[in-house]
Amino acid sequence: MSGDTKLARNPLLSAYALAVYAFLYLPILVLVVYSFNGGGVGGFPPANWTFDWYKQLFQDGALWDSVLNSAIVAICAVAIALGLGLPAALALDRAEFPGKALFRRLVLLPLILPGIITGLSLLMLFVQVHMKLSLVTVTLGHGTALISVATTELFAGLQKLDRAQEEASLDLGANPWSTFWKITLPNLRVSLIAAGLLIFTLSFDEIAVSFFLIGRDNTLPLEIWSRLRRGITPEINAISTLILCFSIGIILVWYRLRSRTTHATEPTPQLAVATAQGELP
Amino acid sequence: MYSRAYKATVTIPPLAWVVALLLVPYAMLFCYSFWSVSPLQTIVHSWTLDNYRQLLEKPLYVEVFLRSVRIAGSVTLLALLLGYPLAYYVSFYTQGRKELAYQLVIIPLWASYLVRGYAWKTILGSDGVLNGLLQYLHITHAPLEFLLYSPFAVILTLTHIYTPFVFLPIYASLEHIPRNLVEASQDLGCSPWQTFRRVILPLSLPGVIAGATFAFVLTLGDFLAPLLVGGSSGIMISNVVVSLFGAAYNWPLGAAISLCMLVVVVMILFATERMEKRFSVS
Amino acid sequence: MSSPSPIEKTPVLAGSADVLLEIREVTKRYGARPVLRGISLNVASGEFLTILGESGSGKTTLLRLIAGFEQLDRGAILMSGARIDNVPAHKRPVNTVFQSYALFPHLSVFDNVAYGLRASRTTASEIPGRVANALDMVKMGDFAKSAPSKLSGGQQQRIALARALVNRPRVLLLDEPLSALDANLRRQMQVELKSLQREVGITFIFVTHDQEEAMALSDRVALLRAGHLEQIASPREIYGRPATAYAAQFIGQTNLLRAEIRNGIANAGPIVWRTFESQGKATFSLRQEAIRLVPSGASVSAPGVSVARFRGTIRNQSFGGAMDAIEIDCGSSHVVRARVAAPGPLSGEHEFEFDANDAIRVIEGGD
Repeated sequence: MSGDTKLARNPLLSAYALAVYAFLYLPILVLVVYSFNGGGVGGFPPANWTFDWYKQLFQDGALWDSVLNSAIVAICAVAIALGLGLPAALALDRAEFPGKALFRRLVLLPLILPGIITGLSLLMLFVQVHMKLSLVTVTLGHGTALISVATTELFAGLQKLDRAQEEASLDLGANPWSTFWKITLPNLRVSLIAAGLLIFTLSFDEIAVSFFLIGRDNTLPLEIWSRLRRGITPEINAISTLILCFSIGIILVWYRLRSRTTHATEPTPQLAVATAQGELP
Repeated sequence: MYSRAYKATVTIPPLAWVVALLLVPYAMLFCYSFWSVSPLQTIVHSWTLDNYRQLLEKPLYVEVFLRSVRIAGSVTLLALLLGYPLAYYVSFYTQGRKELAYQLVIIPLWASYLVRGYAWKTILGSDGVLNGLLQYLHITHAPLEFLLYSPFAVILTLTHIYTPFVFLPIYASLEHIPRNLVEASQDLGCSPWQTFRRVILPLSLPGVIAGATFAFVLTLGDFLAPLLVGGSSGIMISNVVVSLFGAAYNWPLGAAISLCMLVVVVMILFATERMEKRFSVS
Repeated sequence: MSSPSPIEKTPVLAGSADVLLEIREVTKRYGARPVLRGISLNVASGEFLTILGESGSGKTTLLRLIAGFEQLDRGAILMSGARIDNVPAHKRPVNTVFQSYALFPHLSVFDNVAYGLRASRTTASEIPGRVANALDMVKMGDFAKSAPSKLSGGQQQRIALARALVNRPRVLLLDEPLSALDANLRRQMQVELKSLQREVGITFIFVTHDQEEAMALSDRVALLRAGHLEQIASPREIYGRPATAYAAQFIGQTNLLRAEIRNGIANAGPIVWRTFESQGKATFSLRQEAIRLVPSGASVSAPGVSVARFRGTIRNQSFGGAMDAIEIDCGSSHVVRARVAAPGPLSGEHEFEFDANDAIRVIEGGD
């Protein structure tokens, strides 16, 4: 949409918007700044610039174990969510069947449900089937909750797909399975990667569902959480800053990828003009 | 065009998973809520309405629930008051820098919940940054206690977290408004404020409803912010549930509360979905 | 002459008269809404058939049924006597040129064109030659390595054509392929398509809403209306002898005269002419260019030809190149439109005439 609206400038609104931006960013800024503060967390103004907390961080074995755990869980969660989200998105986009509305609501429910309900209900299930709480249960929880995200992203990607291409493939003699592999999936490639990145980040940062399903090994958020109980240390500022950079990096890549999918098959403007003027056949 | 085999292949796996790991657990929640806990700390599998009776009779639960609703309402309202004008600004008043302005709102969204909750904790504490700043500027001479470990802190933290969430659907619906409607309104003599009130606001309602629902429902069920910054006066209903699954060991009662929450959330979702349909103009 | 019924009239065709495709009583509904209502028609081998109709007439649905992207509710589609409507799309010896071209953006032009050959397991050594031939046929021989997204609309359309033709289908389906092109390019492509069809000899089934296009390209035109086959005939036949009022109005420009026939005379208010049609009420189509201006002072017309004359006041005149379009008020709210070669602006009352044979009786009304 073009932003050229010709609305008169509104200084009051601009100031207000700036204030909201400040509200959103200042706490994060404070967090980052104080991770370099020699005097620790709190107080004002921050003095002695230091990397000490980061050095301490990198020597903290337990923390890095939890980072590894989080990464493993996140990758598995991506596999589960995409592996089930893709068929769900295909079903919602193409198939008509009784109970479709209910299916859609059910798949998308965890998106808006508070994590505690998803976490607790799964906890009860695992207890009933005598499954020990561990990273496996956490992964199952993440995967289940994040199918909704995968389905939403992939559904949007499918909608942008040119259905005629699949018909053309069939028309030319390729069977439905071959069409899926050669035409549908390649066209969904960008959506799949974008969804994967999003799910990875969400799983990595996830705490509400993990809270109830965690066993002996901690994920990173829960490791931080348990340390918080013992007291605030600037080391947490440092790891938080790192998490921040990491998450933001991934999300920016995700965003770039996502906006790329709209430009797949349009001819360039210059060619369009030339065609109109009859210069090119 | 899609054969029955295709349809079966795409619907059965996700359906099976979702039934096993969503529906069955909810069913477990349902069953547990009617059971009880014996003095020996074991679950008694006999069916009773005791838990629900407790919820209605003991004032504690209703009290905490109402406080949760108040907090959720406050957070939603504040997030709307912050998020809507911001969305309006980015959509209508940023010309060349719209993309950047949009990204700048999204970025805090991806700082994890924990990171942001922790940030507020360090800011609001008696030794925290804010108190330090106020004393440094000689505005106060002693730390302000109410900043942390209070409902105020919970509301502040959650507002910070959910404002971008509220921004997103409102921004999307504002972007969908054809700009020539705005121009037509001006052409017919309406000031920007009138144009906003009569054209833009009504057309953005579906986005507002979606954002508000999201913020309200998730705040209602939140237990992390109270644990981080709420103290004992900022307890919300989910914290009660957490303790019932922890130290207070009464899973059935906790399940009953959770089930009630689930039902309330689903009802809210149905209601807002219908509201959205009513207010949306294709 | 009895009134013609709107069914297939002319089996006479330029090429072979073998029926290649048979569409039998095909019915298709979307939910409760019927889109095709028991349509039957035959397509001859090697012919260029156009399915013409407005949006909603069912023309695209019919095409998609032949291609296999939709399933019919009732009826059958047969090719050389064997049913194909129960055969999945990818197994039918039919190829489609899509309205949006539907080129695969992640494959090069070469791979796009080779796609069908690879799907049918053509010998690898044969593929480059056949692709090159197909591209040359559409004059895109130099573009084999290009990416489809870099081509103009017209170029993409040619590739889509090559991609379909390379598989030597028995029938080529074209779904409004020229609608996205501008007027000049469109005319150029029409000529090329027609000569291409003659060259390869494949049966073309072409769908369009543009009646001029249909007239220019086809051996026969099948006019569809609200799911029914209104008329199927050669362009000349459908133009000169439309079966229904709808056909007369859809193709070319005409006047509909509602007349009462008594004793060999048709009486449509101020306009009266001789006719062989039977007694009673009837509707006639009179093409606008069939009306001539009688120069003042002129007398009798050629002998042996029944000519009808009437008077009227000229209400509107618009310049139209070779002919002007004029509106004639004949009194008692009878208005007739004509196309006449006028030397300059006209006004006032004049006399007009037309050959009685040019008034064609048509069927009017719904079903």
